[in-house]
Amino acid sequence: MSDVVEKTLSALPSLLSLDSQAGAGKLSPSSKLGNLIKGITELTSKHEEEKLIKKELESIKEQVASPNTTMRQMKEIMVRAIYCEMLGYQASFSYIHAIKLAQQGSVLEKRVGYLAVSLFLNETDEFLLLLVNTVLKDLQSTNLIEVCMALTVVSQMFPKDMIPAILPVVEEKLTHPKEIIRRKAVLALYKFYLIAPNQVQHIHSKFRKALCDKDPGVMTASLHIYLQLIKENPESYKDLTGSMVTILRQVVGGKLPLDFNYHSVPAPWLQIQLLRILAYLGKEDQGTSEMMYDVLEESLRRAEMNHNITYAILFECVKTIYTVHPKSQLLEKAAECIGNFVLSPKINLKYLGLKALTYVVQQDANLALPHQMTIIECLDHSDVIIKRETLELLFRITNAQNVTVIVEKMLEFLRLTCDDYSTIDLVGKVAELTMNSVFSLGGDVMQPDIPNNFLRLLAEGVDNVEDRQLRLFAVDSYVSLLQGVTAKLPQRFLQVISWVLGEYSYLREEESDPGSVMRLLARLLDQRHTSTETRSWVLGAMTKLCSSPVSVALARDVCERYLSSLYSGSLNTVLRQKAQELMILSQDTKLRARVLPAEGRLESLEVDSSLSFLDGYVSEALAAGAAPYKSPHQRQEDLVQEKALSLEPYGLSLPVSLSSCSITDRLTDRRSPTLLSMSSGLSGNSTELSHQEGSTTLKLEGVKRVWGKDGYLAQQQSAGETPTPLVELPNPLLSPQSPPSQTQKPSSGLEPDQEKRQLASSLFVGLGSHNSVCLVRLPSTVWLFIKHCQSANQSHVFKALFKRFYINSCQSISCISGSPLKEVKGHSVSVCLHTVVMKRASVQVELAGLLSYQRPLGQPQAAQFSLSLSLKHFLRPLTVSTGDYGKMWLSFSHDLKQNLRLVTTEHQEPLTATLDALKGKLHLHVVDIIGSEGIVACRLLQGPGQGQPCLLHCRVNADSLAVWLRSPVPELPDSLLYHCQKALTET
Amino acid sequence: MIKAILIFNNHGKPRLSKFYEHYSEDTEQQIIRETFHLVSKRDENVCNFLEGGMLIGGSENKLICRHYATLYFVFCVDSSESELGILDLIQVFVETLDKCFENVCELDLIFHVDKVHNILAEMVMGGMVLETNMNEIITQVDAQNKMEKSEAGIAGAPARAVSAVKNMNLPEMPRNINIGDISIKVPNLLSFK
Repeated sequence: MSDVVEKTLSALPSLLSLDSQAGAGKLSPSSKLGNLIKGITELTSKHEEEKLIKKELESIKEQVASPNTTMRQMKEIMVRAIYCEMLGYQASFSYIHAIKLAQQGSVLEKRVGYLAVSLFLNETDEFLLLLVNTVLKDLQSTNLIEVCMALTVVSQMFPKDMIPAILPVVEEKLTHPKEIIRRKAVLALYKFYLIAPNQVQHIHSKFRKALCDKDPGVMTASLHIYLQLIKENPESYKDLTGSMVTILRQVVGGKLPLDFNYHSVPAPWLQIQLLRILAYLGKEDQGTSEMMYDVLEESLRRAEMNHNITYAILFECVKTIYTVHPKSQLLEKAAECIGNFVLSPKINLKYLGLKALTYVVQQDANLALPHQMTIIECLDHSDVIIKRETLELLFRITNAQNVTVIVEKMLEFLRLTCDDYSTIDLVGKVAELTMNSVFSLGGDVMQPDIPNNFLRLLAEGVDNVEDRQLRLFAVDSYVSLLQGVTAKLPQRFLQVISWVLGEYSYLREEESDPGSVMRLLARLLDQRHTSTETRSWVLGAMTKLCSSPVSVALARDVCERYLSSLYSGSLNTVLRQKAQELMILSQDTKLRARVLPAEGRLESLEVDSSLSFLDGYVSEALAAGAAPYKSPHQRQEDLVQEKALSLEPYGLSLPVSLSSCSITDRLTDRRSPTLLSMSSGLSGNSTELSHQEGSTTLKLEGVKRVWGKDGYLAQQQSAGETPTPLVELPNPLLSPQSPPSQTQKPSSGLEPDQEKRQLASSLFVGLGSHNSVCLVRLPSTVWLFIKHCQSANQSHVFKALFKRFYINSCQSISCISGSPLKEVKGHSVSVCLHTVVMKRASVQVELAGLLSYQRPLGQPQAAQFSLSLSLKHFLRPLTVSTGDYGKMWLSFSHDLKQNLRLVTTEHQEPLTATLDALKGKLHLHVVDIIGSEGIVACRLLQGPGQGQPCLLHCRVNADSLAVWLRSPVPELPDSLLYHCQKALTET
Repeated sequence: MIKAILIFNNHGKPRLSKFYEHYSEDTEQQIIRETFHLVSKRDENVCNFLEGGMLIGGSENKLICRHYATLYFVFCVDSSESELGILDLIQVFVETLDKCFENVCELDLIFHVDKVHNILAEMVMGGMVLETNMNEIITQVDAQNKMEKSEAGIAGAPARAVSAVKNMNLPEMPRNINIGDISIKVPNLLSFK
């Protein structure tokens, strides 16, 4: 059958050759509707369609207004108006005419009128009042069709207040001799029950009569009512159980006329309806359930798997069996049935199988066990709907053991389908619910990225109702958790709780007193089992919550205790710092308003990945003789080269600790800046280094907190504070190909922890070298003087020249220093950029200097710094032609010959590979490669003209590379050769 | 309960839209668009069920759709309807259309929107399934068509004549058309009280 339909439908492309088809034969292509549709079909753009419909509506308007338009024409006009309305164009002027048509037309016209009315209007429309009399008249008509039409329109929409006017007439129809009228009357009454239950209360007995009607059709219709009634109040209808069971038994037993069969299944829709009713009746009622076991078993047995519709019955049957009081024998059969569904190759059945499974595992999770593999397969199913249903199922069988995996799966799914809104909604809720159990069960052992993912899930997304609900739900559930016993909760969970409460508590502000969350958090602080790290999270949350007077008072109280003797002895600076911040915040309303703007929460934060806001500091630091930024890799090289004390073990801890102390300093101004400016790591710094080493773990923790807390620093930035006091030191001397490791994209929105941490590490890594000078920040109270700058390399002494001088005016700086708080406004910081120009070409430079500065009231202080620059920083490719190369070669006097090892790769000639390696590492220019010989050129950055050149001639000799270097600078060949050697050994 | 029945073609042009719950004009258009968006991106070999879009009531509701050549038939129903049941109901609907229009095609739906609505009205009334038996539906529709044919006699005349006739208040078309004795007797079904 459907094949036929499809065939016919597929013949449609010949759409406009109207009359050729059997079905289209009835159309009159010359009709106005025909023209309209033809016109629309020929259109290509929405705009044109709009124009055409507007025109059409104009003409309709004209016609309906004309007194000469007959009802018959009106009927045709209405169909056109219906068409326009369907396309989304209002034809409100025609509404009144639709009513008129229903009132005055002949039966056929009336029908179109009623149809138009039911499509155009809704029950709140005042026009409908005009229709009441017509409906009443038609209900009483002797023409069955008119009665039917009236009942149909009444069940579609009827003004609530007017129901009493027609109710008696409709009731009367329940005893109408024609079955179809009785049926429609039942449904109309059901509709009345839905919109105004009170008005039909007196006819409940008549509903029973309908249920007992001699016509099964009427009985079926009445089941709509009973399904609703029983769903609302099963207790009052228990006495119907027997009747329902009897009906079902007769239906299943094939007692209905064959007319009711659908694909030789007796009245399947009726069976479904009855099974649903039985489910409601038998739920949690053993007595009632026992009455239906037999018939349930019979329908299970009779429904042989032969057609879609029998699956529908089976599905309903299984659901009923699992809803009513359980009977093991039936449950077994039902479980088997579910298995068939799940394993079915038909995707619809698989879907329903999963649905059924989801439903039944709530009673017995073991039912899912036999289908494990299928479930896993469904997780990767190409159909998103199946996937989602599977996740729903997994959600139901979550327990302590599998919870982590399931959550991971969910997050994975979530990531894949972020465009589908409802999916996010569902999985978000699922993950949320699960998370609570994950955290309280899995706790500290789980990988840190799970809580991170979870927090991201919460924080991400547009700010809409669902997200809000999710967050509010999280807040509420966490608050109630905290109100209970918290001693057993894992630390990590407590941290997540603190974060969530800190960020989203404002969502529930309306309904509870603002101090309550604060009190809960404060209680957490007082508890012994709370770890230091958790405490710091808690303090962070309190800082964010510090908005209402109640919470401010609470916060102050907490801080006072915290900073009192009991805690001040605590070694943890981070905690102390946070408490201090909070203290200051709680004391200063203005500051609070700036740091915690009420609307600021929703702003997404932008991270300036280019760190341009640091330019000022950079230039200043450079002017002060700071070392240019070097990648860690470079620094290691330098280390090797200088054969200096290996600082490698500290490589990791150093950047981290530095950053943490610089941030600490920014806010509390406790440390002396001397700590920050580091002189050459070789001599004066060793004590400090060992100190850092000793406190590595502590500091690491600190960093994680500062950056791990979502948007903590950034938030304060947006409130107008000094930018992060970090210096990353770009330098004209820096090798051109290596922009410092700041390749991160600007972080989008509130991306907690992970990305932040990554960002943090990449940001801070620049500070880890032994010889970068970290004149990182200038609290406005510190003045910097460049005393003098001297070159300290024994063999080459250069005179430093200050060439350019910049003054940058920074934004006003608010500096939270130790007490008392001092705010410095509009204090401009002068930043000097000094370019050091070397008058002589050199291959290695050590720059050292002394920095003195003075606080307004303090003694002058000084800091030493030094940095060394190696040949690699000075080398640049030299682009010359082979001819020029030849001329230059002859003119250079200093030369050197040496054998180097060859680099061997799979897909390149050894010579090419080696030269490529050199080119990549030392920025040499490969001029030409001829056979086993290659010529290479480079130049120094400094020196007269373009810079002093160095030429290399390479020849492959057995398994080594014979290199001959020539240059006008005496020490250059030697130095370059050394670097070449090093570069090649590294590959 | 059925909330809405939508038919649109492969390009998302609505061919029939019937809402059994009140939505504003704009919402209805949005629902049609959203539903088409949801349904059209489904492959052919995936299941016929979809969780409802946001507009039509969220996760409580389901979309059940079938695709026939150029047309999508979508029923939006709440949780009280059986998915597979509705799926077959769509089939019944399409088969009925096919019978009534003698090989139905998209054009029939376009030019006879009113008739399609009338057929639907015999199947679903106010959001409730009224009749699932195709023959029964056709009987009802045929009875109404007879009436149309008797009116067609007048329709054949020139328009002016028609209006003249109308104005003369001609004794109208036959009333009390026999729609057939369609009450089905089930003697042994109702033994209960």
